[in-house]
Amino acid sequence: MGNQRTAYGDTLVELGKKYGDIVACEADLGKSTMSCLFQEAYPERYFEMGIGEQNMVSFAAGLSFAGKVPFIHTFSAFLVGRAYEQIRVSICLGKKNVKVIGSSYGLSDYGDGATHQSFEDISLLRSLPNMTILTPVDAYETKKLTEAAYALEGPVYLRINRNDMPELYNGDEKIEIGKPVVMREGKDAVVFAHGIMVSKALEAAKLLYEKGIDVKVVNVNTIKAAGMESLKNYLGSAKAVIAAEEHTIFNGLGSLIEHELRGTDIPVELVGIEDRFGQSAENYDVLLVEYGLTAERIAGKITQMLK
Amino acid sequence: MEVKEKISYLEKMSKQIRRDIVQMIGPNNKGHIGGSCSMAEIISVLFFDEMNVRPVDPEWEGRDRFLFSKGHAALAQYAALAELGFFSKDEFKHLKTLGAMLQGHPETRTPGVEANTGSLGQGLSIACGMAASLKIDKKPNRIFCVMGDGEQAEGQLWEAAMSAANFSLDNLYAFIDKNRVQATGFVNDRYKTDPLDKKWEAFGWFVQEIDGHSVKEILAAVDRAKRETGRPKLIIADTIKGKGLSFAENKAAFHNGLMTEKEYTQALQELA
Ligand SMILES: Cc1ncc(C[n+]2csc(CCOP(=O)(O)OP(=O)(O)O)c2C)c(N)n1
Repeated sequence: MGNQRTAYGDTLVELGKKYGDIVACEADLGKSTMSCLFQEAYPERYFEMGIGEQNMVSFAAGLSFAGKVPFIHTFSAFLVGRAYEQIRVSICLGKKNVKVIGSSYGLSDYGDGATHQSFEDISLLRSLPNMTILTPVDAYETKKLTEAAYALEGPVYLRINRNDMPELYNGDEKIEIGKPVVMREGKDAVVFAHGIMVSKALEAAKLLYEKGIDVKVVNVNTIKAAGMESLKNYLGSAKAVIAAEEHTIFNGLGSLIEHELRGTDIPVELVGIEDRFGQSAENYDVLLVEYGLTAERIAGKITQMLK
Repeated sequence: MEVKEKISYLEKMSKQIRRDIVQMIGPNNKGHIGGSCSMAEIISVLFFDEMNVRPVDPEWEGRDRFLFSKGHAALAQYAALAELGFFSKDEFKHLKTLGAMLQGHPETRTPGVEANTGSLGQGLSIACGMAASLKIDKKPNRIFCVMGDGEQAEGQLWEAAMSAANFSLDNLYAFIDKNRVQATGFVNDRYKTDPLDKKWEAFGWFVQEIDGHSVKEILAAVDRAKRETGRPKLIIADTIKGKGLSFAENKAAFHNGLMTEKEYTQALQELA
């Protein structure tokens, strides 16, 4: 198991050491987003903005005008939701070099309930030109994508899960923005997934393998980026496609795949959050089950589609 | 009730609210202890003395409305609502579990909760709209709304502040729970929001500053505010985050903190 938040915080500190143009902004959740590590290391390059997300976003755009590279932090819900129009106009319209770090996305803040859970974030930001959207699958990929986000000139939205999650890489793989990663080969069906759903897809593939169904799992860590590789290249001989994500079924990975596969006759099914708000629960897994984000559901859909 | 009796009753109820908050969270669980406990006296005065509500008829038209703009302190409101009989205290043990009536932040599925809050900065605007609606209908009901001092950084609060003055919402009673601590540390070390009295006065509000743990001062301030007409009223309550739990007082770690078994036992002893 690994933790994306600490991996992110450590990586930002490392990057900060190498690159003096990095600055960080926070809206009173630094001990949770782990931007507190950057504050400890470089207090003079850290701006605590108080609980004022909208100001933080446009303030960061201002910082970027003279060449600073701001990484801005709070929970995804309060960043993408509250400050959407500031992201749209102050950052994306002018293609400013600001890195928007949406922490505790999805259902991962299980206790706090609907206000704090954010699974329409991709949907909102995917509609904005110039935006790049990344969902790391584990702590290693978080490190790699944080580095890549700095290297890329322009707006980036990086989603960070709150909870400990399985490590899926060995730690020496090359990770690039816009390049999906095949986590498991298979010829009968493909599951495209991001975040925690990659683990669920791998579990589903295992379940199905015992029944003689061979499933490929592709980690789509980039939902949007200029020049990203087409997911069509990953279909092989698949006769069924699943898009699995911890996100609403509207305008996320599912929509991306439906769009890419239009005109083909390959059936696509979505495993995502139906048209509902979040709620409190005793732990993350209880919510994942309640919202249908399970290996069993993926496996069930594939079985049906191949019938 | 005699004034003295009333004060000692409301003080007793503040303690009960704190005990319920501690028991709702329980040991080894995270919960918003600090900002809930700092509110106990204000909640006690509002719910057990000042506000007109009917627990058997939560949507009674004549009720006064209470809104937590700092929604994370919901536990203090849950304690008062249960004490009044809006729902059973059995609900406490299901707090923040799947399908529970008592969510992490206030939701209208809970009897007695008027609006969904928890994203800071929105509550006061909703309160203003409710107050304006009552005014055009010439209704006597009042709106009570509690904000945090860290929350003062939200720009929307200041938009709401202006609208309340613009529409002369004198049926609106707002509080700032000035416990000096936000989520990650002291407000003044993190992001200054002072001087709040001068700011709110400049925005057109009738402002009073009191000791937020003195039932007597809260009662007096609410009475004084009632006599003020033509503008919205603000009471800045000087409080201690985590009040009543010696290990939690003034500590950001107990903003959304976890009590060990030992701390839990100690808390209940201190609140006995
Ligand atoms: C818009 C928004 N941003 C951030 C948060 C996360 N958050 C919850 S409570 C809190 C600190 C609140 O501090 P304060 O207003 O002083 O409340 P108190 O100390 O009384 O608990 C933060 C940052 C939130 N709930 N909503």
